[in-house]
Amino acid sequence: MLTEKTHPEKIILISYIIVVGFLILLMRLWQLQILQGEEYRKIAESNRLRIIGVPAPRGIIFDRNGIPLVKNAPYFCASLIPGEFNAASVPSLARVLNMPEEELARKIQKKGLSPFSPVRVKEGLSFKEVSFIEARRSDFPGLIMEIEVSRDYIYGGTGAHVVGYLGKLSPGQSKDPEFRDVPPEAFIGQWGIEKLYDKKLRGIAGQRMIEVDALGRELRLIKENPPVKGEDLSLSIDIALQNEAEKAFDGRTGALVALQPDTGEILGLVSSPSFNPNMFATGISNADWASLSQDKKLPMLNRAVQSQYPPGSTFKIVMAIAALEEGVLNDSTTVDCRGGISYGKWSFGCWRKTGHNTVSLHRALVESCDVYFYEAGKRLGIDRIHDYATRFGLGMETGIQLAAEKKGLIPNSRWKMEAKKSPWYLGETFVNSIGQGYVSTTPLQMAVMMSAVSSGGNIFKPLILKDSKPELIKNAGVKPGTLDIVKDYLRGVVNEPGGTGWIAKSAVTTIGGKTGTAQVVGIRRDSKFLAEQFRDHAWFVAFAPVEKPEIAMAVLVEHGGHGGSAAAPIAKKAIEAYMLSAEKKKELLNVQN
Amino acid sequence: MFRIDRRLIQNFDWITFATIICIALIGIMSIFSATRSPAESVQSPLFMKQVIWLFIGLAGLAVVMSFDYIWLSRISIPLFTMGVILLVIVLFAGKTGMGAQRWLSLGPVVFQPSEFFKLIFIIMVAHYLAYLRGPIDMSMMLRLFFVFVFFPFILLFKQPDLGTAVVIMVIFFSMLLSRGLHRRVIVLLVLLGIVSLPFVGNIMWTGLKDYQKNRLIAFLDPEADPSGIGYHINQSKVAIGSGEFLGKGFLKGTQGPFRFLPERHTEFIFSVFAEEWGFVGSAFLMSLYLLLIMRGLDTARKAKDEFGRMLALGITFMFCVYFFVNVGMTLGIMPVVGIPLPFMSYGGTALLSNFISAGVLINIRTRRFTLFY
Repeated sequence: MLTEKTHPEKIILISYIIVVGFLILLMRLWQLQILQGEEYRKIAESNRLRIIGVPAPRGIIFDRNGIPLVKNAPYFCASLIPGEFNAASVPSLARVLNMPEEELARKIQKKGLSPFSPVRVKEGLSFKEVSFIEARRSDFPGLIMEIEVSRDYIYGGTGAHVVGYLGKLSPGQSKDPEFRDVPPEAFIGQWGIEKLYDKKLRGIAGQRMIEVDALGRELRLIKENPPVKGEDLSLSIDIALQNEAEKAFDGRTGALVALQPDTGEILGLVSSPSFNPNMFATGISNADWASLSQDKKLPMLNRAVQSQYPPGSTFKIVMAIAALEEGVLNDSTTVDCRGGISYGKWSFGCWRKTGHNTVSLHRALVESCDVYFYEAGKRLGIDRIHDYATRFGLGMETGIQLAAEKKGLIPNSRWKMEAKKSPWYLGETFVNSIGQGYVSTTPLQMAVMMSAVSSGGNIFKPLILKDSKPELIKNAGVKPGTLDIVKDYLRGVVNEPGGTGWIAKSAVTTIGGKTGTAQVVGIRRDSKFLAEQFRDHAWFVAFAPVEKPEIAMAVLVEHGGHGGSAAAPIAKKAIEAYMLSAEKKKELLNVQN
Repeated sequence: MFRIDRRLIQNFDWITFATIICIALIGIMSIFSATRSPAESVQSPLFMKQVIWLFIGLAGLAVVMSFDYIWLSRISIPLFTMGVILLVIVLFAGKTGMGAQRWLSLGPVVFQPSEFFKLIFIIMVAHYLAYLRGPIDMSMMLRLFFVFVFFPFILLFKQPDLGTAVVIMVIFFSMLLSRGLHRRVIVLLVLLGIVSLPFVGNIMWTGLKDYQKNRLIAFLDPEADPSGIGYHINQSKVAIGSGEFLGKGFLKGTQGPFRFLPERHTEFIFSVFAEEWGFVGSAFLMSLYLLLIMRGLDTARKAKDEFGRMLALGITFMFCVYFFVNVGMTLGIMPVVGIPLPFMSYGGTALLSNFISAGVLINIRTRRFTLFY
């Protein structure tokens, strides 16, 4: 090696060294392309291809006249692909998204996720926010915009307890096999019809396989699996009736249920106060949820099926039918009302302290004489009262699927023995005969009873979809003649002089009905002088037209005072709205939009 | 001196010439594929620029061919002085790009003096070694090192152009080794290298820019952070590996044009090519480089004088170092030092400088017979 000149041999040695280096490169190339080639090809594909879920449009919910109650609305979300995002730009991205830095950083750092699956960082963006972010998206590789389908509830809180609302899958639901095909970030029905018929409304989400560059920009559509729209639903609800009824409640708490007597279809179902389902549709904020759930008026409670009240004088309809059927009295039997009766050391008053003098069943219903029904109750006995109330569906579930319903209570002597460990007293019969005491019902039950009275005693399961097959649960099994007599007297309640329901008298149709004023506390005093929470509940049950009933309903206004003045006007407005022609209904609703 | 000799054509090194043209065309093709816009039909103008530079390179090669390479020996000292001055100017008046100050504007033309400096440096060292008699001892080596290497190295390191700085160092020692060193010097150098490695490493480390440190860390553990510093290496391996045996086909690669691969048309051009042409294409391309290097060594062996021999060796070593470091980097077996692949990577100055260097090689081979005139 100690040479003066560069020997050719040395150059040959150098070339050997180079050939060895070349072979090392070639082996490495072989290793990457041949031995691990398939693996790398998969990585390259997953780099390039992205599968994006395309939410299916939900089925539209219509009212019984084909008026849409909901619209599908896009719900914009910003997502990040952590593997493509530069963590150093968290502060600037937080500014663009208008959210706290810590929150953004926390969302990105969720463990256990593939670095290439998008993480939601902000949801429910407005159009303005979307365009603001879109303009700056190229500064943030890995930032993508996603769209979900949400709802716009056209009539807001109107019918909210029926229609319901959408929400995110809860942690419990995401484990439920029923929601296996639902993308984790999608909205599903969480209340009302949206929940009950979620599977039908949901549709099938589609997929788009797209080619993207390193910045996540869409380059080309590779494959598309279009979404399948959910099934449309037509509710039995009449939105015009619903709307008029809710307006008539005017913020008072209470409930209304209207049924079609021949089918059991629910024409209207009000629980007041309502809530705005649009709050849920855009992802409800914690503050909104807190104010809803802590509201003393319990807007989330469906009072029509989940609250039970003493039926008050509306119970006299059942009493009258029972008395006539059992023959303990007939339509000419009279009772002398002196403003109350005495039984042992107790006295039971009539609501009119001056008394009704000599009253027949006809006038007893029209004027709602309590003393007459004390007598009827005394002659029937509590067990026969219980029998007839039960025949008309009181004290039991109606079978409505919309929400978990309450059963109410119709007492008898056996129940008293089991529950209170004491025998039944006649005094209790008096109290229960006028719908006070132990007896309690839901507004829905009272509507079912009214419906059965108006349609030959048929008890139908309340249905919420239009044109469903009617489900007859049973027939009350009373003589049609009896029902005709009672219906005629109920017509008198509204249409005859001195009738307690005179406010409901309508020029559009003949309404029959019965008022009820259910005591909240045991003091008989004029409600005007009581604090609101001690005032009586106001009831009105009605049906129309009397000649050939098309609608039967029950209205309850909590602490509303007299049934005749508080509840009857609501029933009248709802019935009149229902009787309008389809065109008129649309006109009425369009004006409000 | 500028007349065309019949023998000049007869003895012209067509093999080297054909090889570099071939590589350059493959390079332009790959730049076209790498920079094509995947969404729109508008094509990036970069490949056209490279085509223009190819013609400029051919012109440069022709100019270098036109005179005997002996002239380079004669002008080596003024050439080297000018090269060092240019490096100094770059340091103070250069343009900054990607964290480094490497470019110099001459009117409309922007060029990188360090690209030409490598060749100038080789000419200078070859010139000096050709006139040395006997094996090189320690003091001679140190003198050579301080005169030729030290200042350019510092200047390049400050730009910073770590790639070129290391390359001239490697070329320098390779040339000395080929020329012949005292065995004592070799042993001493090896020992010194081992002992000083931690110190030099430390000094180098603190002197490195952040992006250079990251590249070294990434080389040591590329999987550590797939979206961070190891990203380049991983995406390059994905690109190459996904080419498999026959490749995805021309313009079918996705890693480059979709920008998963950074520096896709410069430092990682090999990955783009390997993705589209697979093992077969890559092995062919690498063979072209092997042919170029072997031909260069053969030229050195056949050179008519010691200057030509040293010059041919120096230039061949340069190509060799660039090829191995660049391809090794894309394959994930060398650190990312950011040096381009000769004749392939996008970059006008580099292409011109490489064509001129190849021109010198061809010149040496063409004029290998002593009795030329």
